[in-house]
Parts: sequence; structure tokens; C-alpha cells
Amino acid sequence: MLLYQAIEELLAAAAAQNKKISELVLADQAQQMEKTEQEVYAQMEQSFDVMCDSVLQGQGPNQRSTSGLTGGEGFKMMFYSERTAGGLSGVFMTRAMSRALAVSGCNAAMGKIVATPTAGSCGILPGCLVSLYEDKKMPKKDIVMSIFTAAAFGIVIAQRACLAGAQGGCQAECGSAAGMAAAALVELQGGTPQQAADACAIAIANQLGLVCDPVAGLVEIPCIKRNVSGVMIAFSSADMALAGIRSEIPVDECIDSMDEVGSALPASLRETALGGLAATPTGMKLKEQVFGPAQH
Amino acid sequence: MNVFDIIGPTMIGPSSSHTAGAVALGRVANKVMNQASPAKVRIELSGSFAHTYKGHGTDRALMAGIMGYKSYSAEIRDALDIAQQRGIEYEFVPTDIPGAHPNTARIYIKGKNGEECTVQGASIGGGNIRVDYINGMRVDFTGEHNTILVLHRDKPGLIAAVTNLMKEKYKEVNIGNFRLSRPVKGGEAMMTIEIDGMPPQGMIDDMRGIENVINVLLIRSV
Repeated sequence: MLLYQAIEELLAAAAAQNKKISELVLADQAQQMEKTEQEVYAQMEQSFDVMCDSVLQGQGPNQRSTSGLTGGEGFKMMFYSERTAGGLSGVFMTRAMSRALAVSGCNAAMGKIVATPTAGSCGILPGCLVSLYEDKKMPKKDIVMSIFTAAAFGIVIAQRACLAGAQGGCQAECGSAAGMAAAALVELQGGTPQQAADACAIAIANQLGLVCDPVAGLVEIPCIKRNVSGVMIAFSSADMALAGIRSEIPVDECIDSMDEVGSALPASLRETALGGLAATPTGMKLKEQVFGPAQH
Repeated sequence: MNVFDIIGPTMIGPSSSHTAGAVALGRVANKVMNQASPAKVRIELSGSFAHTYKGHGTDRALMAGIMGYKSYSAEIRDALDIAQQRGIEYEFVPTDIPGAHPNTARIYIKGKNGEECTVQGASIGGGNIRVDYINGMRVDFTGEHNTILVLHRDKPGLIAAVTNLMKEKYKEVNIGNFRLSRPVKGGEAMMTIEIDGMPPQGMIDDMRGIENVINVLLIRSV
């Protein structure tokens, strides 16, 4: 059985068995969970179905967050994409951005989402994968399988570093999600396990040091927009890896570095809403708007 | 840890610790009430819960859990309206529980049948919880495993009677954690027993039949 203590271990096992990482992980998890591969696959398929539903929920024109601070971003982005034939980034990318905004907005509106790996970063994996499914018409089975690859990278990150903003800053939430998504994208495009590892490393390296500074402590500003940057980083990292560009720093070392950076961040930049954007004059004003004047 | 710890939980947003964890705490209170419908609910919120509960929907999540909904139930959004429709009076009181975890809630429920219960616990991240007190008695469980609460009179041999029943009649049951809370010698006391896997059919009823056992509750993994 796999220990998920290093990506290197996954690469070695995939090479030894001549399998995709997702195949390796599905078989291993079925054994560890004492279920059949079909059952474990079916459960993951349900999670993907929820992701697709969250996109729909969050793309409504009148979508508003519970606090009233945000809302409608997924709709605005999709409308812009259609109106401008893809804006600057192109049709495919702007539609992916819209989906990431939609899922994250669905979360802020107390809609149903899958934490991937957290609620704050729940738009990144669906932004990437639902776009490949709906726009590039990739087979659902391949998409669902690629989530096992993403999850395996996530397990390693959770064990070597962390996934919580309160512990490691936003790099641990959106950074991990982008790294996981990048690996899944590489596999879906037919890349090698080593390329998936490189893509994950590049994505993490590009978000190293990202602080968690939610305005008013709510999962909205800047979280919702960071889900879009996570999607962009996941796609660009996957493309770099598929182009043959290596990550000079091996992925496991990037993850270790993320852990070290997270530990070095002051508490004010780790989900306490005491620093960063939350502490700006406008950030403080928005907090007052939602919760009333400070009592202490 | 498995793939669904990373891809999941499926939950109602926006926050795993402020929303999904709050549902789980409410669900523990629901189990402790043992199907009695609540008439009055008072929830004290401490730390981060006290400051951000409205924006995170922590109030709705706690009420949803108390009414038996799960962390992925769409009803969480409308839980306060549903509570009103069911004639449940509720209030949320920001407070400061000294020394408590930053995300702590203390739940008081009075049932329509007059039964009362209190549950105090903390949401410790990722939708996970830790229950600290039930009906004023110290407990310590996470809801990750099936947990059996045995309320009993403090008499010699009673712990042996309960664990012997498990050993003799339900051989496959393995205890993962055990804690006894006894505020006063000879008074009411509580055993908190976490077990591996599912409790066998009939075991909880058999436990209730033991002399000096007042009540037994099963809190299924939340």
C-alpha cells in the first residue's frame, strides 16, 4: 500500500507498475477503505456531479453572498466572455474563470460545494475540470479518474505541509488546490507522472507565501478572486510541464518549503483577519458594514 | 487519511470550521435529545464564533444540526425559518468562555416534553469537532467514531458490568477510547465509550437494561 509521504513515491510506484497515478491511487484507496474500486469510483463521480451543480448554482445573475459583500461574479464573467468572444484570455480560459468564480460564489451564498481541498479553495478544481468536461468534451470517466491524481497530491501536501489557511496561509488552500489541479490536468492531457509532478511543483512555487487575509473573516474577499488566479496558475503550470519545462526544484521540496513559509508567517496573515487586505481601511469598513461597530 | 478527506466533505458553504463543524456540533445535541423535539434553544458562542457567526451562517448551521440535518443539507440556509415554522424559540448569545477553543458553542435545549440538555463543544477545523461537556459532565470525543454515552449512578462494578456485556455478548466490539466523568461521588456519572466500527444490533438496548444505568445514547460518527 502507498504511504503518500512523498510524490517521489507515487512516481516510483507508477513507473514500476506502468500505470497512471490515478489508476494506482484508485486501486490503493479501494484496498485501504475496504471497498471495491467501483464503489470508490462511484463516490468520486458523485463529488464531481456536485462540482458541476455548484457551477450552475453560482452562475445565476442574482447570486449574492450571505453577508451581501459579494455576488454575481460568475455571471458577469460568463456574460463578458460571450460579449467579447473571450476577452483577452480567450473563450476557454474566461469560461473556466467564470466557473471558478461561480463555485466560490456558491460557497459564499451557503450553497452546496465540495471542499477541494478546503471550502475557501473550492472553485479551483471545478474551474479546471468542469471546463475540460463541458467545453473540451473530455470523457467523464477520465475527468473523475483525474480527481484521484489530484487527491493523491493533496494527501502528500497535507502530510508534509498543511491545507488550512489558519495554519499555512492561503498558499496552503489555493496554492495546494492549484498544485493538485495542475497535476490532474497534465494526466488528462496525456502527460507523464513526472510531468504531473513538475506541474504541481510549478503551481506551488508560484503561490509560495500567499497570505490568508479574509476581509471580516469571511470566505469572500479576496478568496473568491484567488480561486480564479489558482485556475490560471494550474493551467499555465500544466502547459509548461507538458511543453517539457521542468521544475528545477523537485515537487516534494516545494511542498516542504511551503510548510516552512507557512510556519514563518505571522499570525496576522493566517486567517485571523488582522492583517493584509482585512486590515486596510476599506477592509475594516466592510467588516463594520457586516457585523456593526467593533465591540471591543 | 484517504482521497475523500482531500476531495470533500460535500458541504454547505462558506466555511468548513464555521459552517460544517457547527452542523456537526448541533447534530450531537440532536442525538443527546434522543428524538425529543426542541421547544427552546439558547446557544452561547465564544471566540471567533461570537464575532463571525452571522456572516458564516454558524447560527443557521447549529440550528440545522439540532434539527437533525447534515452538513450537506440544502435546508441549512433556511434553518432559522424552519425552526420558527416548527415553533422552536431560539436565541444566540455572544459570550466569552474562558480558556475555551476559539470556535466554541454551548447549546442549551429544552424539549417539548420538558427534557433538557446541554452540549458544549468546539469546531477544530476541516469540519471536525471536539465535544467537551454533555449535561454538565466532562466528555472528550470527536464524533469521528461511533460514541456511546452511558449515564449511570456511580456504583461499584458498573463499569465492569457495561464492558463485560460488550466482551461476553458482543465479542467483535473493540473500544478505542474510554472516559469516565463523575462530578460527585455516588451521584450521576457518565462513561464515554468510542468504539471501532458499527455497534451491533441490540447492544445499546442491552446496556440500558443494566441496573443503575439511567440512559444510554449512541452518537453515530457525524
